[in-house]
Amino acid sequence: MSGDCILTIDHLTMRFGGIVAVHDLSFDAERRKITALIGPNGAGKTTVFNCITGFYKPTSGTMRLTHDDRRDIQLERLNDFRISKQAKVARTFQNIRLFPGMTALENLMVAQHNALMRASGLTFLGLIGAPSWRTAEKRAIDQATLWLDRIGLIDRADDAAGNLPYGDQRRLEIARAMCTEPALLCLDEPAAGLNARESAALSELLLSIRADHGVSILLIEHDMSVVMEISDHVVVMDYGVKIAEGTPQNVRDDPKVIAAYLGADEEEAIAVMESGT
Amino acid sequence: MTGVGVTAPALEATQVSRAAGVAFIFKKAVISALVALVLFSLMIGIRTEAGPAGQLIYWTRFGDLAAMVATVFGGSIVVELLRQWWGPVDTVRIVPPRVQSTLALARRAIAPVLLVFTFLVPVIFYNERYILDLGILVLTYVMLGWGLNVVVGLAGLLDLGYVAFYAVGAYSYALLATTFGLSFWVCLPLAGILAALWGVLLGFPVLRLRGDYLAIVTLAFGEIIRLVIINWQSLTGGPNGVTGIPRPTLFGIPLTPADDGLAARLGIEFSPTHRIVFLFYLILALALLTNWVTIRLRRLPIGRAWEALREDEVACRALGINTTTTKLTAFATGAMFGGFAGAFFATRQGFISPESFTFQESALVLAIVVLGGMGSQLGVALAALAMIGGFELFRGLDQYRMLVFGLAMVLLMIWRPRGLIGHRAPTVFLRHSHAISSDLVKEGHG
Amino acid sequence: MDYFAQQLINGIVLGSIYGLIAIGYTMVYGIVGMINFAHGDIFMIGGFIALISFLILVSIGLTVVPVILLIVLLVSMAITALYGWTVERIAYRPLRHSFRLAPMLSAIGMSFVLTNFSQVTQGARVKPVPPIITGGYTLHEGSGGFVVQLSNVQIIVVVTTVVLLAIFTWLVARTRLGRDMRACEQDQTMAALLGVDVDRTISMTFVIGAALAAVAGMMYLLYYGLVDFFMGFVAGIKAFTAAVLGGIGSLPGAMLGGLAIGLIETLWSAYFSVEYKDVAAFSILIIVLIFLPTGLLGRPEVEKV
Ligand SMILES: Nc1ncnc2c1ncn2[C@@H]1O[C@H](COP(=O)(O)OP(=O)(O)OP(=O)(O)O)[C@@H](O)[C@H]1O
Ligand SMILES: [Mg+2]
Repeated sequence: MSGDCILTIDHLTMRFGGIVAVHDLSFDAERRKITALIGPNGAGKTTVFNCITGFYKPTSGTMRLTHDDRRDIQLERLNDFRISKQAKVARTFQNIRLFPGMTALENLMVAQHNALMRASGLTFLGLIGAPSWRTAEKRAIDQATLWLDRIGLIDRADDAAGNLPYGDQRRLEIARAMCTEPALLCLDEPAAGLNARESAALSELLLSIRADHGVSILLIEHDMSVVMEISDHVVVMDYGVKIAEGTPQNVRDDPKVIAAYLGADEEEAIAVMESGT
Repeated sequence: MTGVGVTAPALEATQVSRAAGVAFIFKKAVISALVALVLFSLMIGIRTEAGPAGQLIYWTRFGDLAAMVATVFGGSIVVELLRQWWGPVDTVRIVPPRVQSTLALARRAIAPVLLVFTFLVPVIFYNERYILDLGILVLTYVMLGWGLNVVVGLAGLLDLGYVAFYAVGAYSYALLATTFGLSFWVCLPLAGILAALWGVLLGFPVLRLRGDYLAIVTLAFGEIIRLVIINWQSLTGGPNGVTGIPRPTLFGIPLTPADDGLAARLGIEFSPTHRIVFLFYLILALALLTNWVTIRLRRLPIGRAWEALREDEVACRALGINTTTTKLTAFATGAMFGGFAGAFFATRQGFISPESFTFQESALVLAIVVLGGMGSQLGVALAALAMIGGFELFRGLDQYRMLVFGLAMVLLMIWRPRGLIGHRAPTVFLRHSHAISSDLVKEGHG
Repeated sequence: MDYFAQQLINGIVLGSIYGLIAIGYTMVYGIVGMINFAHGDIFMIGGFIALISFLILVSIGLTVVPVILLIVLLVSMAITALYGWTVERIAYRPLRHSFRLAPMLSAIGMSFVLTNFSQVTQGARVKPVPPIITGGYTLHEGSGGFVVQLSNVQIIVVVTTVVLLAIFTWLVARTRLGRDMRACEQDQTMAALLGVDVDRTISMTFVIGAALAAVAGMMYLLYYGLVDFFMGFVAGIKAFTAAVLGGIGSLPGAMLGGLAIGLIETLWSAYFSVEYKDVAAFSILIIVLIFLPTGLLGRPEVEKV
């Protein structure tokens, strides 16, 4: 694939004992584009995310992240928290992982940890209440407020995240990931469990995030209407291998893809085909 | 874990108990009495003792046995009646709004009232040495509780060896003061720093451990420190401990009847109570410092990271939080406060020995934190007051004291598994600060 | 070499006792996921009951040692098992679905209760018994006059442990109860839906654990010839250390961990210093856990994200 890539996955393989969850997978994600990763259940999509975000160490293969300033980072060499801190990759989880006992606002404050840690002079300036820390804190709250406003949760800023309805939690998790100021945002099934109206709102949110913040998005999604509507490029996986890739249009008509979904689940295959017509 | 199938029998049982009434209660009491009879038959019915020549002798105590079994029988009936009167454990009681708002007001007032009262204790009870001593003891545990609260309540890391840091602080002060003649005010920060270093030392190996592995390693660590103190006689004096630890001075002015003592300088008559009052305010100041720092830290990124760690470690890592240093700072901060408390303990007692630093102490402090309601500063203070005060109340019971204490611990946990203060206050808010129900708040895996 | 062989024997005997206690910790942990802090005290109670029943049997004129041993074993297993059952019923069952720390503190409270119960009822002084089983075999007579001995008590301790372990492994592997236990370990809700009586199964786990602790208590009494009210604490943490060392939740792991702790302790005492034997045992626990965070035989915990 030509063009400006933010992420290049090269021959990625992930084994768990006997199970090969991802096998020799290569694909690229273009800068400021939305790349969708789709495939039937158990295809290995989440595993790819876990490799990218450092939760699993891949058995073999490389993952290269290229920042705007052409700086290359080999993700497989960084471990967990550094991927978010240094490589600027943020993610959400398939089963939402907010901090349920903290408020929506606090969740977004935690996400700005590294910036705030610096501003608080590794806690010491903060402890004595230095003015520079005060302004930094104010700015962080403003940033969080901004995101709460964008996801329409400003009225629930002071409610516990665990008390929010499911759809709101999904959006809050996206906002939380964005508060780390990422270059690449990885979303694991953000539309799961949302109704049609909420899905449409989500598509809009993702498009605006890309437009306003210049982030590139990697998206795992089963909801084909979302995939077809917003993604620029689609990679299809089945049983850990890539079976197709291309524009949404191409992929939808690919017989291999239809077969994969048919083999896995008839309804999903029909959904794929119908969403194109 | 909770399931329909699992809880259903319990519900059924209570319904049946309502219906069956007397017969059911009686049957239950008989079964309890029978169980008690078997349990106590040998342990109470027969008393063994090493005789004068080293051989074992025994005598019977069937009267006591019968009394105990009868007590269990009666107790079972009372408990069952109480239970029926009170309803199932989960019953939601509707509180009228008027009462609710009064309660809320009382709750808000409790902390300031308690603080003012504490400040006045030495004034009110100036002539009651016993109360002052008890006050100092309670405040020491309040401080320890607040210190451990950072580790357990905020960061969600289980620490069963907290007493180790208390010991490090106490011995640091005792040894620095007795060998180098350093003053209390120089040693206090040193004791805190040394304890914090030990906290980091313990923190390193346990970082990767979770849950109960962490629990046992911290417990083992506490025991190691205690055993080393007992056995390293040349340094610590072994089981005999360290004696002659200098008393604290008011910034260099000793609290003695001597000519340069405080009383002489102020031109008032010397009284030993002065020192007690001074110690009281000293530990109060240390405790309030702990509280102030903790409240401050909670609003700083490090404190939020601690709480986030307790809520979800995986999410923390995804947000770029270095969980290793976050855990280490929690351990170190908690240990530092433990070290301060230890230095205070040493100067107050003037004598320390390994006996003061047993697992029981760790368990007691942990119980205070959990009973307080994890993470709640006020809750910890109340729990320390209740536990230590309650423990003192039972002083008359002598050897039954620990027995009653253990039972109280079991009952308190059953009564309030989530502690006295069952909610968490947010660290930052936009419009209103709503307390968060503890059902949502996680308690950590580590 | 002879000296080493002798220490090896002593270590294995001590390790068997730890292993028996460790099984109780591991089983309870496997099924309800909590550290039963009172288990060490259950072991202590087991020792006391063995002592008292032994005393009674001797005073009523029974002299046949094997019969005495058998009766003492059965009585202390039965009564101690009831202690295990009661502790679970009073202190843990009400907290079954509660927060993690509540049952742990309840267990610590229960441990205080049991320790002090036996202090109050039986006094604080150490209770010695005259050697019940005497004699043994000389395995090897070294040139330096050092003899390697295997006493009859040691044989009995090890044989009893092995036999009980075999019975118990069979129980878990082959019987209905064992199947129920394993089901509850996996998923209590599902087990309940499939008709497993979860409460009963958990109770039985405590009962079996306590019965094995009683055996350990009796073996301790036979081997060391004394009991006291405080012995549960140290033995308890060491046995729990053994369970963790072996990989908590794993039965062979508990036995292996027990042997490891017994050997470390004995060898350390023999070659380095008696005072620091416990420090050695705990340090090795910490070191092992640094490299194997889930113990020797524990299943590595994969974090599913
Ligand atoms: N930690 C792990 N240990 C063992 N096997 C794993 C692990 N993580 C994933 N797998 C296996 O890898 C395979 C791919 O799983 P993965 O979660 O990546 O699928 P997915 O494409 O995200 O599916 P879904 O659409 O259901 O989320 C599955 O067979 C899964 O069981
Ligand atoms: Mg997935």
